[in-house]
Amino acid sequence: MKKILTSLALVGFVVAGGAAIAAEEGAQATTAQPTHFPMKELQEMDWSFSGPFGTYDKAQLQRGLQVYKEVCSACHSLDMVAFRTLEGLGYSEAQVKAFAAEYTIHDGPNDDGDMFDRPGKPSDYFPSPFPNEQAAAASNGGAAPPDMSLLAKARGLERGFPQFVFDIFTQYSAGGPDYIHSLITGYGETPPAGLKIPEGTYYNPYFDAGVSLKMPPPISDGQVTYSDGSPETVDQYSKDVAAFLMWAAEPHMEERKKTGFRVLLFLILFGGLVYMTKRKVWSDVAH
Amino acid sequence: MSEGHSTYTPKTGIGRWFDARMPLPRLVHDSFVAYPVPRNLNYAWTFGGILSIMLVAQVLTGIVLAMHYTADTGLAFDSVEKIMRDVNSGWMLRYLHANGASFFFVAVYIHIFRGLYYGSYKAPRELLWILGCIIYLLMMATGFMGYVLPWGQMSFWGATVITGFFSAIPLVGDWIQQLLLGGFAVGDPTLNRFFSLHYLLPFMIAGVVVLHIWALHVVGQNNPTGIEVKSKTDVVAFTPYATIKDAFGMIVFLFIFAYFVFYLPNYLGHPDNYTVANPLKTPAHIVPEWYFLPFYAILRAITFNIGPINSKLGGVLAMFGAIAMLFLVPWLDTSKVRSAVYRPWYKLFFWLFVADAILLGWLGSQPAEGAYVLMAQLCTLFYFAFFLIVMPVLGLIETPRRLPNSITEAVLEKNKGGGGHPAGAAAAPETKG
Repeated sequence: MKKILTSLALVGFVVAGGAAIAAEEGAQATTAQPTHFPMKELQEMDWSFSGPFGTYDKAQLQRGLQVYKEVCSACHSLDMVAFRTLEGLGYSEAQVKAFAAEYTIHDGPNDDGDMFDRPGKPSDYFPSPFPNEQAAAASNGGAAPPDMSLLAKARGLERGFPQFVFDIFTQYSAGGPDYIHSLITGYGETPPAGLKIPEGTYYNPYFDAGVSLKMPPPISDGQVTYSDGSPETVDQYSKDVAAFLMWAAEPHMEERKKTGFRVLLFLILFGGLVYMTKRKVWSDVAH
Repeated sequence: MSEGHSTYTPKTGIGRWFDARMPLPRLVHDSFVAYPVPRNLNYAWTFGGILSIMLVAQVLTGIVLAMHYTADTGLAFDSVEKIMRDVNSGWMLRYLHANGASFFFVAVYIHIFRGLYYGSYKAPRELLWILGCIIYLLMMATGFMGYVLPWGQMSFWGATVITGFFSAIPLVGDWIQQLLLGGFAVGDPTLNRFFSLHYLLPFMIAGVVVLHIWALHVVGQNNPTGIEVKSKTDVVAFTPYATIKDAFGMIVFLFIFAYFVFYLPNYLGHPDNYTVANPLKTPAHIVPEWYFLPFYAILRAITFNIGPINSKLGGVLAMFGAIAMLFLVPWLDTSKVRSAVYRPWYKLFFWLFVADAILLGWLGSQPAEGAYVLMAQLCTLFYFAFFLIVMPVLGLIETPRRLPNSITEAVLEKNKGGGGHPAGAAAAPETKG
C-alpha cells in the first residue's frame, strides 16, 4: 500500500509540475487585446439545487418562469419544454391548463385543409418567438438567439487543473447557471482602457467567446414585478432565470439525486456484507 | 492449468441427461467454479470481471435506448432529449450508458496497466494479450461512434476531425474517408452507418471476450509474483474465493460509477454536446472524449514534416503507432522476469509511463499552442521510448531482485515478515468487520 501511495504521489508531482509550467505560459498573455475568454472569472453562486441533497426552490423557479415569459421569450425559444411539465414548478393541473391557454398555437391542417390558430393545451410546447431560424437571425443582427431548453447544460467553462479534481468531491455542476447569472449581471462594467469593442456589440467580461456580444443588456431593475416580495433587481432576476433554466435543462434532477442516494446506500450495505463474507471465505487461506 | 480432469459430477437425473448430450453445465462448472486461480491475486485482478459486467450493462441500457432513438440528423438530438425528459427512467438509462462508456474505459485502462506492471503479456500469454488489444481497439471504435449518435456539436465536429485522419493516408485515404462517411462530409449516411455499427461492435467485442477468456483458461492467470503456478498449494478454487473477491471489487467500482451517474452525470461530457450539431459553426476547441485524449495529444504533437511524410500524416502515423505499440509489447520486453515487483528499474519507468500517459491526456484537452506543444512532443517521445528503448534494453541490463521459488513461498514469506498483517489476523475476521 505504501508503495502504491508513493507511486501515486510521484505521478501527481509530475502532472502538477506540467500544469504549473502551462499555467505560467497562459499568464503571460494578458496585456492589450485579450485572447482568452471570459476575461473575468465566473461568480460561483449558492444554488438550492447544488450538492447531493439539492432541490429546486419552487418559488424561485416560478419567478424564473415569469422572467423568461416576460423578458427572454421575446427572442429566445424554449422548444423542448412542454407546458405539462410545468407541474414540476409546483403548479396545479388547472393552473398549467390556464397558463397554456394564454399562448396561441399555430396548428393544422384541419379537415378542410386550412391552418388555424387555437389556444395552447398542456401537451403543447412553448412556441418560438420567430417562425424560423433565418427570421430569428435576421432580426438579431445575423445570429439567431440560442434555444434556452438546454442552455444551462450547454454552457459552462473549463475548470482547469486542479479545480476539476476538487469538483468531483464538491459535486460542482452549476457551471451553466453560474455562467448565465454572471453574464446577465456582467453588463454595464466599464471596459479596460484601450480595449476595442466592435460596433453594435456590448462589452461583457463574462462572455465566453469574445470581449463583447450582440445581445444587449436584457433586463433592468424593476422590469418584472414579483408578487412574492422578492427583490426586483437584475441580480435576483438573473438568479431566478438561471435556476429556471437549470430546471428546464434537467427536469428530473431531484429524482436523480434521490435515486442516487438510495443506490449508494444500498451499495454500501451490500458491499459491507460482501466484504465480511469475503473475509470469512479467505480466513483459512494466507494470501 | 487446463490439464487435469473435470471434477464435475452431475447430481440429478436431469443433470446427467444434459451432461451426456450437451455438457454446458460442466463447462460452466469447470470455468467458473472449479477453475484454479493463484491464491495471491490482488484487487487489480478484479477488473476482468468488472469489465464483463460493464459490457453487459452497456448492451442492456443500449438496447433500450435504441428503442427510443432516431438515427436521422434532423431528429437525433431531439430524440435523445425525449429520452431524457419523457421516457420512463430515460434520464437514468442515458446517463448510465454515457457514463458507462467512460467507466468501461476506466476499467480497461486499469486492466491494461495491471498487465503491463505484472508482465501479464509474456509467454505463454501473448495471444491472450493481443486478443485484449483487439477488444480495446473495438471499444475505441464503439465509443467513438456512440459519441456521434446524440448529434451535438462535439459529436459532429469530433466525427469530422477523426474521420479526417483517414484522408491523410496516401492514395487510398480519400476513398476510405468517403466510405466511412457515406459521402463527402459527416451527414445522414454517416449517422446511420455509425448507429448500425455502434449496435454491431459490442457483439463483436463479446465474441472476442469469449476468445480472451478461453485463452486465459488455457494458460491460467498470471499473479503478482509473475511466477507460474507449480503446485496445488499455489491455487484456490475460483468459487468461492475469486467469486467473492471479484464481487466486492465490482461493488466498489459500481459505487464510484453510480456516484458519477447520479451526482455528476455531465462531468465527463462536454457542454457543447448539449447544442445541436451545426455544420456551419465550428466550436472554439474540438476535443474528443477524455479516453482518447492521450492519443489526440500524440496526434497533435507532430507539427513538423519528416522527409516525404507531412505533419498531418506523421501525426496520424504516430497516433496509430502509439496503439500498435501495445500489440508488440510481448516481444519488446526482453526481461526474463515478469513482475515489476522484482524489477526495481522497470517499476520506476512503469510509473513514469503512467504519469506520462496522464499528462498526455491533460495536454490533449488543452489548445495545441505555446508550451503545450513542446510538452506534448516530449511526452510523446517518452511514450515511444518506453516501448522501443526502455522495454528491450532494461530487460538486458537490469538485475532483478531475488525471486521466490513459488507462489506459496512468496505468500508465506510475506505473511511471516510482513509488518502489521500477522498470519493469525485472518483467523477471526468476523470480529473486525
